Amino acid sequence: MRLRGAAPIALWLLLLAAAALFAARARYIADMSAFLPAHPTADQQLLVDQLREGPASRVILIAVEGADAPMRARLSKALAQQLRGDGEFLSVENGAAVSRRHDRQFLFRHRYLLSAAVTPQRFTAEGLHAAIETTIDALTSPAGLWLKSLLPRDPTGEMLQLVEQLERGTAPRSADGVWVSAADERALLVAETRAAGSDTDAQQHALAAIRRAFRRAVRATSAPAQAAAGNGAHLRVSGPGVFAVAARAKIERAALRLSILGGALVITLLLAVYRSLPAVLLGLVPVVTGALTGVAAVALIFGEVQGVTLGFGITLIGEAVDYSIYFFIQSGDAAAGGAQERWRRLFWPTVRLGALTSICGFASLLPSGFPGLAQLGVYSISGLAAAAWTTRFVLPRLLPARLPLRNVAPLGEALRARLPRAGLSRGLGAAIMIGSLLVLWLHHGRLWNRDLAALSPISAADRNFDAALRADLGAADVGDIVVAGGGDLQAALRGAERAGATLSRLAGAGVIGGFDSPAVYMPSLATQAARRSSLPDTVSLAANLRRATAGLPLRAARLAPFLHDIAAARKAPALTPADLAGTSMALGLDELMLQSRGKWYALLPLHPPLVAGRVAAINIDRVRRALGGGAVALDIKAQADALYAGYMRNAQRASAVGFGAIALLLCIALRSPARAARVLAPLVLAVLAVTAALELAGLRLTILHLVGMLLIVAVGSNYALFFDRHGAAVDGSAASTIGSLAIANAATVIGFGLLSLSKVPVLQDLGMTVAPGAFLALIFSALLARRSAIDA
Amino acid sequence: MRQRLAFAALAWLALCGAAADGDLQRVMHLLGAQRHRQARFVERQYLAVLDRPLESRGELLYDAPDRLEQRTLQPRRESMIVAGERLIVDHGGRRRVLDLRAYPQIAPFIDSLRDTLAGNRPALAHAFAITFRGDVRRWTLLLTPKSAALARAVSQIRIDGAGGDLLRVEIRQTDGDHSSMRIENGGAP
Repeated sequence: MRLRGAAPIALWLLLLAAAALFAARARYIADMSAFLPAHPTADQQLLVDQLREGPASRVILIAVEGADAPMRARLSKALAQQLRGDGEFLSVENGAAVSRRHDRQFLFRHRYLLSAAVTPQRFTAEGLHAAIETTIDALTSPAGLWLKSLLPRDPTGEMLQLVEQLERGTAPRSADGVWVSAADERALLVAETRAAGSDTDAQQHALAAIRRAFRRAVRATSAPAQAAAGNGAHLRVSGPGVFAVAARAKIERAALRLSILGGALVITLLLAVYRSLPAVLLGLVPVVTGALTGVAAVALIFGEVQGVTLGFGITLIGEAVDYSIYFFIQSGDAAAGGAQERWRRLFWPTVRLGALTSICGFASLLPSGFPGLAQLGVYSISGLAAAAWTTRFVLPRLLPARLPLRNVAPLGEALRARLPRAGLSRGLGAAIMIGSLLVLWLHHGRLWNRDLAALSPISAADRNFDAALRADLGAADVGDIVVAGGGDLQAALRGAERAGATLSRLAGAGVIGGFDSPAVYMPSLATQAARRSSLPDTVSLAANLRRATAGLPLRAARLAPFLHDIAAARKAPALTPADLAGTSMALGLDELMLQSRGKWYALLPLHPPLVAGRVAAINIDRVRRALGGGAVALDIKAQADALYAGYMRNAQRASAVGFGAIALLLCIALRSPARAARVLAPLVLAVLAVTAALELAGLRLTILHLVGMLLIVAVGSNYALFFDRHGAAVDGSAASTIGSLAIANAATVIGFGLLSLSKVPVLQDLGMTVAPGAFLALIFSALLARRSAIDA
Repeated sequence: MRQRLAFAALAWLALCGAAADGDLQRVMHLLGAQRHRQARFVERQYLAVLDRPLESRGELLYDAPDRLEQRTLQPRRESMIVAGERLIVDHGGRRRVLDLRAYPQIAPFIDSLRDTLAGNRPALAHAFAITFRGDVRRWTLLLTPKSAALARAVSQIRIDGAGGDLLRVEIRQTDGDHSSMRIENGGAP
């Protein structure tokens, strides 16, 4: 007997230890991948890869603010120098002249491989004549004066061609030798991390390195007397990785703070009710077991835990604590020998059915194609199962010999006395139902929020700051993009060159404003070979030059350096990406190439066209038609919106299936569809009333509201079932049952009420739905319960 | 006697200096009084690498205090606008906006012209050693760069004028190349 009694305890301890271990070792992430599909289409896959691992995800935008402009410039240079020595960063750009000089040298050395103007025609007598004439004309402009010293080596102006070729959109503004914002209130840097943007731990590490480097830069640029106080300059960072780190920290902080606060409030409530510390502590046992098991199960199954899931942890306080409340209160003096046995016989089946109902509801999330939803499902199911199991098998064995609890029957009596008459209740219920349906019908077109940003814990201010930095840096917005794939780097580059030829035509026709291409920085080997073979041998070139320069003020005799450079270029080896190291073109190439699952992708972001001086939208269908089958044109924003819409549909469908499963379960368990309907009616009513109230408050529903509705049904089903089964209890325990429900409800409302105060949208949405919903579910359950049951 | 002669010579020299300084001041005043200017120009550039000078023509537009536009019509159309610290180049349907401070080798050229047009003598004296010749009716300013960075590219800028009008701007580069811009005042071409 004693051994049989000890087995569940041992099992429980083992479970707790294992769960704690897994939860502690789990990897917590908070990027948007929770809302990206697990089994995407090919187009979606590109988008997901781009968002998770792509070069854009690795960019950290750095701004130095405060102090004065020369100090900011000095700090920018010192910071860049520090970070370039740090292995965590692939590149650090701040527009300093060093990299510009380096770039110019590189471009000049390889101009005949890089210039798109290099064709056989260009080196005929006619071609040379035209090219040299253009270059000489450019010399007359003060802006072209720098070409003068290059003229003997580069009479065809390939360097001018390259500068125009490489100019992407508007270059950032420079002051004091570094990039600055348009209004010159901050110095700007762009760092690219080695780690992917979805690796939140690595991003956090990189951010810490930037802050450290900045402090060192401040010390290095300040006089010793000032160094301690700093010089008034401060650092601001932005970018996908920064957002992910901030979001994770914010959710973790909120979840921790709210869990502690909610826990404290619930403990206070239970202390007031039980008047027994041991009972309160024992009551938390199922909660803690459930929460740990939930996190561990998610970590085990998914390999990583989403921040959203973690934030969800608090919801278990709401439901799991109910189990122990029912156990303690409904079994009366729980320690008394017969009481436990009676609870197990009379009430446990109801609690079990309630738990099964909840599990049924959450199971519908499991097959969801989105990790975020599936994690919520796994977390809730394992957490609730563990909490219910602990309540049933472990809690009774942990009870001390005597555990006197306050009798809550008077509370139940008092509540029961205040319930209105049955007829009135039904009328009220019908009125609420009709009113809610009316509101929802009036709002049906704009019930749901279709903007992914609604879920982001990043504040609008931070998003605006990010947008401002991007505008200052002239970074192309993630808008429309053409993707050319291939089995290897060269195939992708050739694809980019083919797509580029089409896009140049479209730019000429004004369909697009322009485009970036990795092939500009790194032409394919085939193109390089073609350009090299365009260069004539010295004898023919000299002959062509003599004819070409007739009538020009530049004599062929002065162009010996040109002949020499062409001869050298004919023998020069082809360029590879490694040759770009140390230039800012390396960053350009890296940003526009993506390697994923054994394939290479060249990304060609499109610039919107200017129509009558204003930025217009790109007609992506025209681009698609022009490209044919060679490359894919993606509208990133539309794709992301489509993804989220799919996510919503998925969740809505899952919720509907979950509700159906719950209804079926109740029909079977209660052996009567009519009874099942009576149990479900107050829950449906609560969901409708809350949804209508949210709509009336001007809020638009997100996916978390939907999950909240599922929770209302899950939590509320306990209330409805208790009213259905025990409202008519023979031994007069109905009053204490109602009392226990009221207290359980108070605990739930406290937990979720706190969530609704959170500034993290996902937690807030959840709290705002469940707190009033759970309360209404209890009220409606009481109102709609068979009158005879309550009055008995 | 010798002493008195020496004294007279000194006094005369001092007087001349004062007169020249007064003329420079008056010229600066006349220059600054013109808030808007429009003129045609013909520029010839003499580059050692070329057999004959390059000629370009177009018009100059000036709005006080710091907007200067050089609109080249031949041999190729190009517009270069300096406004505040920004240099805007329009050419072949493309517009490039550059930061003047990022080009320490161009900025002083432009500043010399802008400061002269604005009659801003302190700013001019900050960057250049100024020599004034002639009188208000017909004058010449010789500007020699003070900063080593500019002196590496430009040895001297010579501006000829009459009253409040500019007639010619010559820039002599250290490598021997030089340019001469003739300015024809009197309305649009």
